[in-house]
Amino acid sequence: LRDSITMLPIEMKKKIVDKIAHAESPREQAIDVMTEMQNYYGYMSDEAMVEAGELLGMTPLELEELATFYNFIYRQPVGKYVIHICDSTVCWMNGYESLLDYLCSLLNVELGGTSSDGLFTLLPVCCLGYCDHAPAMIINREIYGELTPEKIERIIGKLRDRAYSAEKGIGE
Amino acid sequence: MSKMYPQVLFRNRKAKRIATLDEYCGGGGYQALGDVLAKYAPKEVCALVEKANLRGRGGAGFPAAKKWEAVPEDGAFPRYLVANSDEMEPGTFKDRVLIHADPHTIIEGVAIAAYAISASKAFIFVRPDYESSAWILENEIEKAKQAGYLGKNILGSGYSLEVIVHRSGGRYICGEGTALLNALMGKRANPKKPPPYPTVEGLWGRPTVVNNIETLANVPHIVRNGPEWFNELSMVEKSGGTKIFSVSGRVKNPGCFELPMGVPLREIIEEHAGGMLPGLEFKTCLPGGASTRFLTPDLLDVRMDFDSMAEVGHRMGTGAIIVFDRKTCLVGATLNLTQFFMRESCGWCTPCREGLPYLKDLLWRIENGEGKEEYIPMIQSMCKHLWNSYCALAPGAASPIESLLTFFEDEVREHIVQKGCPFK
Ligand SMILES: NC(=O)C1=CN([C@@H]2O[C@H](COP(=O)(O)OP(=O)(O)OC[C@H]3O[C@@H](n4cnc5c(N)ncnc54)[C@H](O)[C@@H]3O)[C@@H](O)[C@H]2O)C=CC1
Ligand SMILES: Cc1cc2nc3c(=O)[nH]c(=O)nc-3n(C[C@H](O)[C@H](O)[C@H](O)COP(=O)(O)O)c2cc1C
Ligand code: SF4
Ligand code: FES
Repeated sequence: LRDSITMLPIEMKKKIVDKIAHAESPREQAIDVMTEMQNYYGYMSDEAMVEAGELLGMTPLELEELATFYNFIYRQPVGKYVIHICDSTVCWMNGYESLLDYLCSLLNVELGGTSSDGLFTLLPVCCLGYCDHAPAMIINREIYGELTPEKIERIIGKLRDRAYSAEKGIGE
Repeated sequence: MSKMYPQVLFRNRKAKRIATLDEYCGGGGYQALGDVLAKYAPKEVCALVEKANLRGRGGAGFPAAKKWEAVPEDGAFPRYLVANSDEMEPGTFKDRVLIHADPHTIIEGVAIAAYAISASKAFIFVRPDYESSAWILENEIEKAKQAGYLGKNILGSGYSLEVIVHRSGGRYICGEGTALLNALMGKRANPKKPPPYPTVEGLWGRPTVVNNIETLANVPHIVRNGPEWFNELSMVEKSGGTKIFSVSGRVKNPGCFELPMGVPLREIIEEHAGGMLPGLEFKTCLPGGASTRFLTPDLLDVRMDFDSMAEVGHRMGTGAIIVFDRKTCLVGATLNLTQFFMRESCGWCTPCREGLPYLKDLLWRIENGEGKEEYIPMIQSMCKHLWNSYCALAPGAASPIESLLTFFEDEVREHIVQKGCPFK
């Protein structure tokens, strides 16, 4: 277990330790720390939980209480892009159900699944506060509204291109 | 053309960008803070806000000054102010629009309110989906700090305040004041039943005031223009100022509108939001977010303020109006709402944790052709149990369901008799 503490890049760990030191109490930073580590690792693995717990002075169980509670902390591997589609009232009224079907067939996944190329995970989320632009979804903290199948296809295509060119080191 | 009213919170609203610090100051911004720090004792600020009849915009309408005064004079230090922008009630998006319009009216409000309760640290609690809001606030707080409006020894007054943007991990219950405080401290976000209220025992056991950001954004304007002016803005007694209404659903022009407190609901929907989409007819609306009751057309002339709504058995809530048309199935809508509350329940108390899945199941059966007449009294009695819960989430969840049965029982029956949804 001790070794786990060296998993994060030194720079990043320093930044986190520094932030924790400035907080009123270390646990206050739990979400921020998990979010940052998740951005690096992709999701919060058991090892990452231990590592975060050590940084925050919390047992893995105490941290688990939080990790399993929040929509945006992932305890299982997810795709490079996590699509959260809003399934609350206004989006529902404006066609959420057919958009969900469309997304499922486009990515060939079920709600909760990850596409076979490992790029996209599809999850539901409640009202995003963009009801004036319903139907809406959020992908890696970026909001997309006024969704139609055509628009979704364009967004997914663009993200796919971005991922492939990043892989080949072409840049954007 | 819809009627024009004085814009206070939206006076600097631009099409695609925030109002800068210079623009805000150009219109008299941060003068109130300067005046307060130079001339007013904290108690005097409370008295001013009390006279202005500023009521909480987070949904419950609790008088802001009364909450601030609930911090005991001999209460411990440090004290905290928390600005609530969790905003996860379906239909509600006013905080987002306000932050993107004029962040400094919020920041100045935070500073004045913090001074009024002698807090040395303030947190702005932001939901994770509002990353752009969190980013704007962080940047503008830094600018305000550099200009001397925040930080150590503000404007040479000796008063110091640190303001921190706290990002949540995303759960509706985190918006509930006491759950929010647990979340902020890195604990699981279960509510805590008062007393003691957070004003006595809040963050780390110290006096803490939680206010919605729209509530706080009004404070600088009250100080600058006086409580009489603030009361004049409103169309009703006992609740001053304007209110930001967020309108969504089947209207032509969904969005946020700053209108006088007490403006008739009909005017908001038919004029400001542009009326119904072409070819659609109004059936009902949730007037104040997902946790309010369906309101029928006969009540459209009601005034939108806390008291007028209460008089007709409704709640203004967050002023988030969701409009439904005749062709939208209300059993389906209520099923959707119930699924939302069920998923977002924190699971702490039994009526909510167990009652919501039960209600969802019954509504699902009715919507999907498996409904029975006896389900109606079963739903009614379960809704009554939801009122015996630990926090306001469960009663909020019961509200759309109960009103569905009160006002649209025929529509529910039609589902049962036809063995399916008549709208499909
Ligand atoms: N803005 C949003 O996104 C959402 C808003 N809501 C709204 O929340 C409302 C319910 O909120 P609650 O906080 O449960 O209402 P509440 O009436 O219990 O309390 C309102 C506020 O006043 C404070 N307060 C009440 N009595 C006090 C006293 N004696 N001393 C000191 N402080 C006192 C409470 O701590 C709280 O901050 C609903 O009306 C609903 O509309 C609900 C969900 C989401
Ligand atoms: C389930 C639930 C969620 C809530 N979410 C929010 C919220 O997102 N923002 C908010 O300001 N108040 C929310 N409230 C109301 C708060 O408990 C509290 O009344 C409010 O923040 C106090 O601020 P005010 O007095 O300025 O209105 C919520 C209440 C409940 C029961
Ligand atoms: S009513 Fe629901 S959300 Fe509130 S404490 Fe009980 S279980 Fe949690
Ligand atoms: S209901 Fe989907 S963004 Fe509000």
